[in-house]
Parts: sequence; structure tokens; C-alpha cells
Amino acid sequence: MEKFSIYAPRLINPEENIAPGHRACIGCGEVLAVRYALKAMGPNVIAANATGCMEIISSCLPTTSWKIPWIHVLFENASAVISGVEAARKALTRKGKVPPGRVYCLAMGGDGATSDIGLQSLSGALERGHDFTYICFDNEAYMNTGVQRSSSTPYGASTTTAPPGKVSIGQWSQKKNMAAIAAAHNIPYVATACSSYPFDLMAKVKKAAEVKGPAYVHVLSVCPTGWRHGTDTTIQMGRLAVESGVFPLYEVENGKYKLTFDFPKLRPVKPYLKLQGRFRHLKDEEIEKIQKQVDKEWLKLKSLVAMSMEKKPVAVPAAIESKGQGAGSKGQKAKSKAKKAKPARRPGKKPKKVSRRGKK
Amino acid sequence: MSHRTGLEVSHAAAEAVKLAHVDVVAAYPITPNTHVPERIAEMVANGELDAEFIPVESEHSAMSACVGSSATGARTFTATSGQGLELMHEVLTVASSMRLPIVLSLANRALSSPLSVWGDHSDVMAIRDCGWIQVFAENGQQTFDLLLWAFRVGEDPRVSFPVIVNFDGFHVTHVIEPVFIADQEEVDRYLPPFKPNAVLDPRRPVTMGAYGPPFIYSETKKAQDFALHKSKEVMLQGFAEFEKIFGRKYNFVETYKAEGAKVLLMVIGSFAETAMDLVDKLREKGEAVGLVRIRLWRPFPQEELRQAVRGAETLIVLDRAMCFGTLAPVVSEIKAALYPEEKRPKIVSFVGGLGGRDIRLEEFEYMVRRGSELAQKGQEEIYETIGIR
Repeated sequence: MEKFSIYAPRLINPEENIAPGHRACIGCGEVLAVRYALKAMGPNVIAANATGCMEIISSCLPTTSWKIPWIHVLFENASAVISGVEAARKALTRKGKVPPGRVYCLAMGGDGATSDIGLQSLSGALERGHDFTYICFDNEAYMNTGVQRSSSTPYGASTTTAPPGKVSIGQWSQKKNMAAIAAAHNIPYVATACSSYPFDLMAKVKKAAEVKGPAYVHVLSVCPTGWRHGTDTTIQMGRLAVESGVFPLYEVENGKYKLTFDFPKLRPVKPYLKLQGRFRHLKDEEIEKIQKQVDKEWLKLKSLVAMSMEKKPVAVPAAIESKGQGAGSKGQKAKSKAKKAKPARRPGKKPKKVSRRGKK
Repeated sequence: MSHRTGLEVSHAAAEAVKLAHVDVVAAYPITPNTHVPERIAEMVANGELDAEFIPVESEHSAMSACVGSSATGARTFTATSGQGLELMHEVLTVASSMRLPIVLSLANRALSSPLSVWGDHSDVMAIRDCGWIQVFAENGQQTFDLLLWAFRVGEDPRVSFPVIVNFDGFHVTHVIEPVFIADQEEVDRYLPPFKPNAVLDPRRPVTMGAYGPPFIYSETKKAQDFALHKSKEVMLQGFAEFEKIFGRKYNFVETYKAEGAKVLLMVIGSFAETAMDLVDKLREKGEAVGLVRIRLWRPFPQEELRQAVRGAETLIVLDRAMCFGTLAPVVSEIKAALYPEEKRPKIVSFVGGLGGRDIRLEEFEYMVRRGSELAQKGQEEIYETIGIR
């Protein structure tokens, strides 16, 4: 482990494609995630950014933090914009108007731009099969406009448009599962990540970029401003979210679920919630309710992982069987395609292996 | 040499797009524009056109994909109608402000509610101030010609603005007309390859779509408006070169038998062709009646308009849209343009042809009679509606 800590930083791409001097809040977990993601992608990329924190901190005319070609159009259309970029690259490459070779197409947005206002354009782009990577930087509310609730805000959190009061707990609904929605499009690669686990994040973004076709990475982006915790506890908060099962890290490769970190025993959610001002108003019975929900979701995820590991398909009634086979053959096709795309790049379970992938 | 052939005008539009060697088309179905993207999709599917066709999930995404594509340096086209244009509205302002020369063929359609798939000019009038260059075609030939012109002018680095070519839904889109379809060689001579100033390319990274705080926003807007006004010179060059190669002449404001006319009709779009028939009829009778048609709607050709109506006593303006609560869109533009004139014609405003309703020859004749009468005694209502029950 000591060796690992010496070598690991040297394996990272030293290039910084989001320049310092931007206006992110102190302790911002999101800009950290962007920085890692760009390191993983390298310089050969075109990015479309939705309106939001990352756009507003980085691109005040006449300055820019972006060292890659970058375009911001509107709030809800980053996926549609990148569809156009990808199609244009395809046409121009075919006609010999740009040098041959693949340029990664990256679309990014916050949780509002992804799971609320931009869900339609994202779904359209995933369904049409454009060759692009979408990264959702999820800080669990509209932080840029002043901490309003989104469909990605977790149950019980206090926000300015779902404040707790005498007759309300605050956020009354459960967090929308965007990664599952992306996976439901049967795209080749879906993953969750967190900037508290930089090597894992970079490995996943790299994998997403290299996959042919659409890929989706959902990144938990800790936000001290909106979550109301110490700016020095950003990394700790991300780790607590992962280790308590509030935000499990996993991959869905060609429909197969795989946990990145499996824990024999999850941490309780209480310490994670207690450190944040947005959950301060919660009483013990409400925390218990959240704990139950987290346990339920974790078990659901584990069963998806277990199903993915099954060698033999589960016996299904005859009536559904034919349908099941159809879906299976489609999945296999996608799998063989993905295999061709990246030989000898098998995901490992241990962090050590993860770090090796960071090198490439 | 170009060849004359009979075809549906929507298909003629698709032919122009094909001859322009377009790289990317993103479109969403909406009546009555659908035949344009359908025909293009067919051309792409058959390998007749080497382009990427993106069948997007909405018009908002259609225009967004066009912005991405044009910013990457691809020649980009889309087509829409009515509600589709309104859904694009938010992205239209971005496309023009980012100076992306996307070409849009707009099959003009009424706006809901009540739902109407039929033609009028409500759609384009609602987005008239979005910063796009906007021209009106009256028939199939003009639609074909103006689409080629749109690519050439819009993509000129001195212009770099998106262009809307308006042609009336059903009245033009769905009719079969004889159209001179140009040769590839002629089109290539007229339309140089698209070479934008800056594109999204990892070899030379640029930031597009940065935000403008108060200390810089006004300057960006002033620069944009200045450039749009200035682009008129290039537009005229585009028309002149078009005439040289294809032999057909266009201008910002066009007249028909307007010399010495005491009464002038002013029509925008395909209904001008019916108005021409009326002018012929009245001229035969010896009446001094003429027609003015507005080809260029944005940037508005104020000076050219003043010249076109100079000497007339009455100007009868037909609008195919309303601006609820105030003057109709075309007439308000005309009144503003003519206000500084010392001697100007009396202006009478009519609204008609809404939601696909036809305006026939006899109704145009009524407009001339009634218009002359109202010019004498003064129009009390801000507009009169043609054929209303």
C-alpha cells in the first residue's frame, strides 16, 4: 500500500485541462471531479457543457478555464449539442475535411441538467447511439441558482424550494436513479463514481470514453455550499456516502452489474447525515427510515450484481422466454462489439488494478 | 445547364440541400414541413447524399444538434414549421448570437390554439427578432434559389449568421411546380466550401458560449446587430452572383408594375402571386395599381422600402399574422420605416389568410377598393380582417 501511494500520483496524466483561477467555491467536489475526468480523457476531446455551476465558474467572457474545445449552449440540451458535434465529426472525417482518427465527444451537466430539464435530450442521444460520453456531476440540487430541489435531491434534505417546516420534512420524494435510467437504454457502459475515489473515477471515465457508442457516468459531487458542511470534509463526505451505501459505486457493462467496492458491512447512514446541515432537522425515526431505504436499495443492487454473475440464465416461464432470448442475443452482439473495441482491458476488483488502468 | 422539371416544392428544397453538399441535417417531423426532411433522409439512405441525418427527439434538440454541428465546422441544415419553430425559439437566439450559419427552411404554419396545421405567418413573426437573416420565397423556384443563396450568404465569413427561408405551408410546400434544378457544377461555382473562422477542434481549442456579465454583454449585442446590418452588402453580392450564374434576379424589396402606381399593394409570401393577377387585371383596365413584395424580412430593408413606395398615394398592407394587442407585424414595420419620410403614402392595414384560409382574387380586389376608400377617410380600426364572419 505504501508503494502504491508513491507511484499512483505519478501515473496520472499531469496535464490540467481545466485551468486554475476558476471561480468554484472552496471545497468544491464537482470541479475536482471535472479535473479528474479531463485528465482521464486527455486532450483529444470536444466537450459540450450544460448551463450550471461548472459552466458559470469557468467561462466568464473574455476569459476561460478550458484548454479543450468546449461549447456551452443552454441548460437542457448538452446531449443534443454533442449529438450534432459527433455527427459533424463523422461527416467531416468521412469527407476528409478533418484528419482521420477518433475524437472523444463529452457532454456534461449537473443533476438538474441531467435528470430534470435535460432528461429528454439525454434519452434521445443515448437511444440514437451517438458515440459520446455523458457525465452527470450530481451535487443533489440546483446549487448554481441557490440550492433549489431537483429530482436528484435525496429524501429528507433541506433545500430552498423544499424547505422543512411544521408540516414538511423537506424533500419528500426519493432520489431519482439516473444510472438505472441510463442503463435502461441498453447502452454499452454505465458507471457511478465519486471524486473521493479519484483513481476509480478516472478509470471509469477512460473506459466510458473508449467504449464505442454512448456511455454514462454518474458522479456524486460533494457540495459543501449546498450540503452545509465544512469545506475541509468534502473527501470524507464522499467516502461516507459510498461506505454507507447511500451512493454505491458500480458499473453496468453491457447490461451486467458489477460493484466497484463491495462491503461486507455498510457503515450506518447516521454519521453521514449528521455532518451535513441539510439533514440537521431530521429526527431519529426519519433517519431510521432513510437507513431502511438505503438498505433496500443496496440489496436490490446486490441482487442485480448476483444476477449478472449467474452463468446460467434464470429459468423463466415459456411465455416470456422467447422475449428474453431476443434481448439476450442483442446484448451479446453489443458485448462482442465492446470486446473488439478494447482488447486486454479487463476491469479489476482491487484498487491496485484500478491504478494500473489510470496509467493508460 | 440546369434542367426544368416538375416536382413537389418540398422536394425541390431537398434538391437544393443536396446540391449544397450539406454535411449534417437534424430534423423532427411536423406538418407541413415533413416532406423536406423525409426526402433528405431518403437521399441519405440511398447514398445520393453523403451526410449525417440525425432524427432527433424534438425541435429543441434539432436546433441544438445544428448548433453543435455548425460549431464543429459542418454545413448544417434543418427544416421545421409552426410549433416546431416555437419549440426551437430558445436555441434560435443562441445560434445567431454564436454566429453559426445554419440554414432553416420554414414551412410557414399557424400557431396553436386552436391547433392548425395550415399556413400563415404567425410562426416566423413570433421569432422575427431572434437575429436570423429571414427571407420569403413565393413559389418553388424561389425556394430552391433562396436556399442556395442562404448557404452562400450565411456562411460568408463577413456575415456568419443563420438564415431562415420562409415558404408557405401547403400553398407552396405541397404543390407540384415546374422548377429549374441547377447543375452540380453551377452550384459548386456559386457556393464555395464552408470555411468558418473558429471551430470545435482539439488541434486548436476554443471556448464557445461563455457567459457575459454586465460589463461586456452590451458590447456583444451591439457587435451582433452591427454585423447583421452590415451583412446586407454581402447579400446583394450573393444576389448579383446568383443572377450571373443562374439568370434569375432577386432583391430585398421587389415590385410588380409599380411604376407610376397611385395605389400599391404590399404582400409578403406566396399570396403575392394572386396579387399579381389582380394587378394585371386592374392595369388592363387602366388603373394605376402596383404591387410591392418584401423578400428580405430581417435585417429589414428600410431604405429600399422607402424607395419602392415613393410616389404612391395609398399603400395597402396585407399581414398573415397578428401581433395581439397592437399593429400587425408587417404594417408596423412599414409604418416605422416610412415615418421619417416627409411625403408618405396613406397606409391601410389588412389581416387575412390566417390558419390556411385562402385570399382569392376578388378579395384582393376588395382590398384595393376598400383600401382606397379608407385611405380617403382614414382607417379607424388598427386593421381590417379579410373575409371574417
